[in-house]
Amino acid sequence: MQKFDIFVLFAVFQEMMGPVLWVLLFVALAGLSAAGFVLWHEGGLSSSRLLTSELIGLAGGFGALALMAWVTVSGFTDAGGPVDWLLIGVIWGTGLAGTTILAYGVLGLIKVAGDALA
Amino acid sequence: MHRDDNHPADGPFVLNRRQILGWGTSGAALALMGGLTAPFARAQEGPVNTKARIVIAGAGAAGLSAAAQLSRRLNGATITLVDARKAHYYQPGFTLVAAGLKPKTYTVSSTAKYVPQGVEWIEEQVAEFDPEANMVVTQTGRKIPYDYLIVASGLALDYAAIEGMDVGRIGRDGLGSHYHGPDAASATWQALSTFADTGGVGLFLRPATEMKCAGAPLKYTFIADDVLRTRGTRGKAEIHYAAQNNALFSVPIVSEKVRMLFRDRDINAHYDHVMKAIDLGRKVATFKTPGGDQEIPYDFINVVPPMRAVPAVRDSALAWQEGPFAADGWIEVDKASLRHRRFPNIWAVGDTAGVPKGKTAASVKWQVPVAVEHLVATVADRPCTAAYNGYTSCPMITRLGRAMLVEFDYDNNLLPSFPGVVAPLEELWVTWVMKTIALKPTYVAMIRGQA
Repeated sequence: MQKFDIFVLFAVFQEMMGPVLWVLLFVALAGLSAAGFVLWHEGGLSSSRLLTSELIGLAGGFGALALMAWVTVSGFTDAGGPVDWLLIGVIWGTGLAGTTILAYGVLGLIKVAGDALA
Repeated sequence: MHRDDNHPADGPFVLNRRQILGWGTSGAALALMGGLTAPFARAQEGPVNTKARIVIAGAGAAGLSAAAQLSRRLNGATITLVDARKAHYYQPGFTLVAAGLKPKTYTVSSTAKYVPQGVEWIEEQVAEFDPEANMVVTQTGRKIPYDYLIVASGLALDYAAIEGMDVGRIGRDGLGSHYHGPDAASATWQALSTFADTGGVGLFLRPATEMKCAGAPLKYTFIADDVLRTRGTRGKAEIHYAAQNNALFSVPIVSEKVRMLFRDRDINAHYDHVMKAIDLGRKVATFKTPGGDQEIPYDFINVVPPMRAVPAVRDSALAWQEGPFAADGWIEVDKASLRHRRFPNIWAVGDTAGVPKGKTAASVKWQVPVAVEHLVATVADRPCTAAYNGYTSCPMITRLGRAMLVEFDYDNNLLPSFPGVVAPLEELWVTWVMKTIALKPTYVAMIRGQA
């Protein structure tokens, strides 16, 4: 093997999360697809829905941090250096961004479905 | 010397850990455990056709990893694993079990789960190696001939060398020994927890022999200190660490760091103390020191026994005949190629290999691809430049929630994966995260030949 291989990373993640990996990938894909569909359907961003989604996303960021603390049997007071704070930021940011996109897609689909039924 | 120096650019393995940064933080974090980007057995060219008979003695981490890689690299070979052990232990997890953070089941799985398809598994122990006749003999007398042999038979914990030691009493009367296995690791936690409620004298040590995961006795000392602090009983306790020589760790710069941490945590270091006996009733351990035997009373002790090659190896012609590895029977291999120095169709990987350092899962991760590459090249009759430089890593837990990622080679050079980002002697949460959630998946991927 000449260089790092993404299959190694994938194999490790598969061992780490088992079936949950596929669930997460599905949710991520579904969220992106839903958000993309809503954007396409509405022809632009809805600022009020984006704000709501971001507020939900904030909670998602903290949820990601809580999940990480739980699985690692540790707390964020254990952060000991800049790279720790960077990782905490990345975890929080990932949770925020992921939840925001998912929330925007789900809320948008509800709106689209509601309009269709109206 | 950087690790890459041992791997010429046109060789089979060019290691460039920094490239992993390109995969983002998750990939970078995974690499911190040491060895994610290690050479692994995804063949660069097609499998080599051969009718060779390959025997792998030992189905632990090294043996299973070698079997998985060889089964992919060779087409038509007869690959046979020989090991009686039905249970597979994830040994790096013993420390977490003994810290009360994981159940003992966390470390237990079955060997059968990892035996690669097409590899025969003979569920017997190798009782004799006969390298002149190119065969191994099992405990039932079954003779298994081979063209090539990989010895991955692990090591033996020599509790009998400690006078008065009784492994049946681990978990009682302040006796711990988390190396002995999952049950003992769990029982050690019970003993430590009881000690942490009351305080007293905690005694920690390591043997004078080569040992697997030489950082674990230190980790457990730090863990005990942290548990006592969490329980509010640190002020009622003394912690003593007995080092077998005049250092706390074989890598000088790490030893100094540990010395400073010991001073910071009020842990008393005793040098040149080698445990020789224990009185379980009186709760007294006896150490051999330059000034004569010394007794140290304890309320809790974590016994780490001497470690040696398994008897079948020790009593065979495979063992070193002279030098520092001869006394305990480690296998005489070239430290770069891991090929036997007198029997060129034999390699040794993992704990049993008579090389400096290198008795960790991270070592296995780096050793096995090198040995496999040499074996495959020999089968294919082509030259091989793969070399193991002694790389190993130790996520040194310094308190619950923090660890130092210590990576080094044969020459005691530190080999940080991300210089300037993750300092090797810095206590970090990110290293703890790797130890708790990423190390085991990577280990499992390794023994499946996927990483």
